[in-house]
Amino acid sequence: MKRFWAWAALAFGLLYFILPLIGMTNFSLKMRRGEYSFDAYAKVLADPRFQETFSYSVTMALTTIIFGVFLIVPTAYWVRLKLPGLRPYIEFLTLLPLVIPAIVVVFGYIRLYNTSSWLPLTGSSAGTNMLLMFGYATLGLPYMYRAVDTGLRTIDVTTLTEAAQSLGAGWATIIGRIILPNVSVAVMSGAFVTFAIVMGEFTMAALLNKPAFGPYMQLLGANRAYEPAALAVIAFGITWACLGLMQLVSRLQKTAPRQA
Amino acid sequence: MSIENVSPGPQLRPRMKLPLHWLGVLPFAAFIILFLIMPTMKIVIGAFQRPDGSFTLANIAGLFTPSIIAAYWISIKISLASALLGCLIGFGVATAVVLGGLPRWIRGPLLTFSGVASNFAGVPLAFAFLATLGPVGMLTVFLKTQLGVDLRLLGFNLLSFWGLTITYLFFQIPLMVLIITPALDGLKREWREAASILGATNTQYWRLVAFPILLPSILGTMALLFANAFGAVATAIALTGSSLNIVPILLFAQIRGDVLGDPHLGYALAFGMIVVTGFANGLYIWMRARSERWMK
Repeated sequence: MKRFWAWAALAFGLLYFILPLIGMTNFSLKMRRGEYSFDAYAKVLADPRFQETFSYSVTMALTTIIFGVFLIVPTAYWVRLKLPGLRPYIEFLTLLPLVIPAIVVVFGYIRLYNTSSWLPLTGSSAGTNMLLMFGYATLGLPYMYRAVDTGLRTIDVTTLTEAAQSLGAGWATIIGRIILPNVSVAVMSGAFVTFAIVMGEFTMAALLNKPAFGPYMQLLGANRAYEPAALAVIAFGITWACLGLMQLVSRLQKTAPRQA
Repeated sequence: MSIENVSPGPQLRPRMKLPLHWLGVLPFAAFIILFLIMPTMKIVIGAFQRPDGSFTLANIAGLFTPSIIAAYWISIKISLASALLGCLIGFGVATAVVLGGLPRWIRGPLLTFSGVASNFAGVPLAFAFLATLGPVGMLTVFLKTQLGVDLRLLGFNLLSFWGLTITYLFFQIPLMVLIITPALDGLKREWREAASILGATNTQYWRLVAFPILLPSILGTMALLFANAFGAVATAIALTGSSLNIVPILLFAQIRGDVLGDPHLGYALAFGMIVVTGFANGLYIWMRARSERWMK
């Protein structure tokens, strides 16, 4: 009896989650009347705006990831090594982006860094891109920091540092060639989440008027019927790929030490 | 904090003095202050300022107009409904998988899928639901042509309270599953055995032992789901355009084009959002601390 209800609950859940996915896939294939075709995908992929916004978002995502790694790996390492008392506070700070809605943060950016302020980032295109990248970095912060910090927990930071130092390594060498390779799997899992977040992000990019993938999807959704469904399938594929890769990578980490 | 408890291991560089330790977190601190704290403070302070910079409560008072109150109210209702249902269904699914005697291999894929689905919010999610439950969506058409059930006639509209709630559930349920599964795993078998040795029935065990232990986790997650739905902008905009008067959509329109005709009222609106999500998250953190007592 218990097992029956368990299966029923699971079946209900599955149905709820699979129907919209089938719905969007089905819809995306129905552009040609009366038969299934990939017309909607062909149209979307051939749209220069799609290519533009998609590559813009990919570039932004990669920049955000690089910036995040440069910012977070040394910080998390340093806090573990020298300032362990600070950890709870840092952890609290990294969770703030989950508390403060992105729309509020970007509203603050617009008011704080406008053309008449002390740091007029929104005045130039490059400045706005930078501002957006910082915004994305705050969105990814909770995931990136947590991933890196968990990664650091599995290695003996103090011993590695001492060993490196006694061989004459400086801080840059220690972080770049000792710590980073040791937490690379954690960094990668944080990076995949960040990538997925940036690719789908709408609010920040739209309010900073940047030609990102999220606003493009929204615009197309307001004007077209079948293409949005195709875009949704593509976006779901990206999310799936990112988080799937993340799982794969962390599974590799679990099996790797045994082979060594 | 003194230097003694700062470096627990053997002293690496005895010459290093306290200020140098702190330099290491400087870039991070600068980033957080410049791109998280200061923008937020700007909004919070702006909510209590006149255009000339003097202190006032008029902006906050300005929130209490019927249309803005209505926006907050419907936002809160949608967030509450999706959090409640998300918790309930998510709990059901998680319990089924953890304790319902289902095969072990279901867990891995379920948790992976939950990870993906809880991140599949925003614009594409709205498209998926439009393609399924929209006016010409797959399910709508199927019900109408095959079963003769017209959702429209039944009063269902995707661009409404329930439509938005059902859509939000797509990321709420998986989030609940992700958070509550470890809590369910934390229910020790000894507790059940001890209860049944003392003559407790299954219902008594759940009502008197398991449920009180899980309650902080459930309430905490509910608060988190509430905040999650309250701050969701993209899904709502892509789904309804501007036809539904909820706070994130109103704020979005305000930032874009000052629809309220008063920039400082915009600050107050954003401040209100921080208060609501901050309160919900505070509740989550507090409940989490309570539930962790049992999760050793």
